[in-house]
Amino acid sequence: MNDIIKILQQNARISDRELGEMLGVSAEEAAAEIERLEKSGVIKGYSVIVNDDLYDDSVVYATIELKVTPQRDCGFDDIAKTIMMYDEVESVSLMSSGAYDLAVEVKGSNLKDVAFFVSERLATIDGILSTSTHFILKKYKEKGIFIDGEEPDERGLG
Amino acid sequence: MIDYDKVLSDKIKSIKPSGIRKFFDIAGTMEDVISLGVGEPDFNTPWAIRKSAIQVLERKHIIYGPNKGIAPLRNIISAHIEKKHGVKYAPDKEIIVTVGGSEAIDLTVRGLLDPGDEVLVVEPCFVCYAPLVELAGGVPVSVPTHIENNFKLTLEDFRDKVTERTKLLILPFPNNPTGAVMTREDLEPIAEFLRDTDIMVLTDEIYSELTYGMKHFSIIELEGMRERTIYVNGFSKAYAMTGWRLGYVTAPEPIISQISKIHQYGIMCSPFISQNAAVEALTSCDEEVAKMVAEYNTRRRYLVGEFNRLGLTCFNPEGAFYVFPCIKSTGLTSEEFCERLLFEERVATVPGSAFGESGEGHIRISYAYSLKHLMEAIRRIEKFLKKLEAEK
Repeated sequence: MNDIIKILQQNARISDRELGEMLGVSAEEAAAEIERLEKSGVIKGYSVIVNDDLYDDSVVYATIELKVTPQRDCGFDDIAKTIMMYDEVESVSLMSSGAYDLAVEVKGSNLKDVAFFVSERLATIDGILSTSTHFILKKYKEKGIFIDGEEPDERGLG
Repeated sequence: MIDYDKVLSDKIKSIKPSGIRKFFDIAGTMEDVISLGVGEPDFNTPWAIRKSAIQVLERKHIIYGPNKGIAPLRNIISAHIEKKHGVKYAPDKEIIVTVGGSEAIDLTVRGLLDPGDEVLVVEPCFVCYAPLVELAGGVPVSVPTHIENNFKLTLEDFRDKVTERTKLLILPFPNNPTGAVMTREDLEPIAEFLRDTDIMVLTDEIYSELTYGMKHFSIIELEGMRERTIYVNGFSKAYAMTGWRLGYVTAPEPIISQISKIHQYGIMCSPFISQNAAVEALTSCDEEVAKMVAEYNTRRRYLVGEFNRLGLTCFNPEGAFYVFPCIKSTGLTSEEFCERLLFEERVATVPGSAFGESGEGHIRISYAYSLKHLMEAIRRIEKFLKKLEAEK
């Protein structure tokens, strides 16, 4: 199972036949294994990694650090769920850092959009003590993929 | 004007340059070429090894060191071989740390051959053996292996080629370019024959850590073979350390004491930083090697599956990082196939004929590349084959 996930993480569009060959099983067995992983919830979905400079260079990403008051019985979960519901929010993670609690990645069509979203939607949620916004200027690598292409292969021919 | 043709020796002028290079020199001048040609890992050297080299640079005086290699490295090489094969080589008398496995091969043939001595060169094989034998004054006698035997060496392949001048049999398994391996059962009849002769074996086991599904077996494990074998291995392939230039040769003391003179005068000693780092490789990197082997294995299965699907039949290679599909069904020679594939679809491969005549009809595909890279190459090869089919 580790192998199948590793291969799909590099390329989720691979065919069942190719996947089967790599794993040393039939295409049908590979397909069945994927189905099993999807049904059991191990595989949550498939996404695409985009070079925004080429696709839509007006798009803006920011990482927001949130300090939050944990709530009785549910800790940070409740507030994280509230934040998750916004379409602008790409990811929400609970952090172990002492400096802040939740890291939220936000996507907007321009700088102002993101700034307003933070000040008017996030900062106003009950239990959020402070926000700190970091705009992302350039993504070099995402999910293991080099955004600007790979380094040239300098190997010889031994 | 000096006439360089007169300056250079006839012997060196008669040596052909490596056949692997030919297409890559062309490929180097083209855009968007996808290569399947290299013979070195795409992984970087494991961090523990690099860190250990950095520590040497920071803390040690970078010296020549002993001719045969630093003692801690010779000790751990000895222990490593003993653990793998149950055969002991004395660290101080029976091991030389060399500049790659290639130097070890050179030392061996230069140390063993008198003019006219014959060397059985098992083919297809890496390109260095015959030229090194010739440079040492010997006569390479090619011993073709066959696809019917999965490119394993059989006694029948070479028995008739043995003469009273035969001094050495070069045994290159796991094999570059075929990926063939030899098991205990495959080696026993060969050992049985050799035990009654004075023929020595040079076993080049540089790919010994890269086997799939079974542990590598060495001829030195067979009765009576340690005394008639020169064992060559190195760090390049298993530990992704090609650029560190480090290998080793082990053999009975009378051989090592003689061939070490060539190393002593010609090389002096292997790189000191690399030697120190290599101790770390043999100490702590088993897990890293296992990870690389698992990744190679995924790629190997993929390529064997794809080439068979495309009708370029490909026997199941069990070692090294090459597959060796048969291209005879296309009606092209391996050289024509590689040339057209390069010019028409921009995929660089090596014709099997570069590794000896018995490689004709095959091409060597390296899988020291990412799956993504290999999948793109297969797409192009598929397109090329469809075009060839349409031409018929």
